[in-house]
Amino acid sequence: MRRRDLFLIGGLLLLSLALFGLSCLRQSGTFVVVRVDGMEVGRYSLDADGVYPLNGGSNVLVIEDGCAYLSDANCPDKLCVKQGRVSRDGQVITCLPNRLTVTVYGQADGVDAYL
Amino acid sequence: MKSRKLTVLALCASLAMVLSYLESQIPSFVAIPGIKIGLANIAVVFALYALGGWEAAAVSGVRVVVTAMLFGSGASFLYSLAGACLSLAGMAGLKRIGGFSAVSVSVVGGVLHNLGQILMAWLLLGTGAIVYYLPYLILSGTLFGIAVGALAGYLVKRVPLSE
Repeated sequence: MRRRDLFLIGGLLLLSLALFGLSCLRQSGTFVVVRVDGMEVGRYSLDADGVYPLNGGSNVLVIEDGCAYLSDANCPDKLCVKQGRVSRDGQVITCLPNRLTVTVYGQADGVDAYL
Repeated sequence: MKSRKLTVLALCASLAMVLSYLESQIPSFVAIPGIKIGLANIAVVFALYALGGWEAAAVSGVRVVVTAMLFGSGASFLYSLAGACLSLAGMAGLKRIGGFSAVSVSVVGGVLHNLGQILMAWLLLGTGAIVYYLPYLILSGTLFGIAVGALAGYLVKRVPLSE
């Protein structure tokens, strides 16, 4: 290990910390958009509680107390269920096996990329 | 190609495949998709130092294709291909620049592997919102990259390859 190794590794760690810091500034969201294979298949307000089967029942979306989470999935790893609750603008839940994403947006006019 | 080199190359490729398989058996310990230890990169970094850039590309290429055929799906092949291409280009580039240790090379490989997967997910999932995972993936790529690079660097020192 030399000095430039430390700079490179330290720089990357700082970068990830800075990005974590930025994501703390997210505003709370107002609705979620569900996409399968990149196509929007539904949007749900975070204000109204509800349980919604998605994508023919492959995943189950629950909206509760202004948060969204997936309560069940038919994939083996269930990573999307473990990802827990999201409520802030830009947060995402992803189910890679079913190519499904649930993205939180703040304003009604959703922009596609947030950091 | 000398038979000795060919043999080492084949050993690296099969080691990379076994390590990939081993890693696929470890249950995911965090909920973020795409976080991996990157054990197979031990064999790729070793090949990069012991044999060279093209040889490392061969090891990585064989691993990606054969692992996808044996254990994977079409989608997992695309993710791993995107990750492997970016990762290799970055690692070979950084090694060529010189002055960095194997740990740095492996860290850059790990981070770029994750970046490649995010870009592929952007393409396949059709939403840029996926960059939400970027800070997690940079952090995990760096930390696991340090461990993988340290191991690979140790192996390069210890395994005699001179004829």
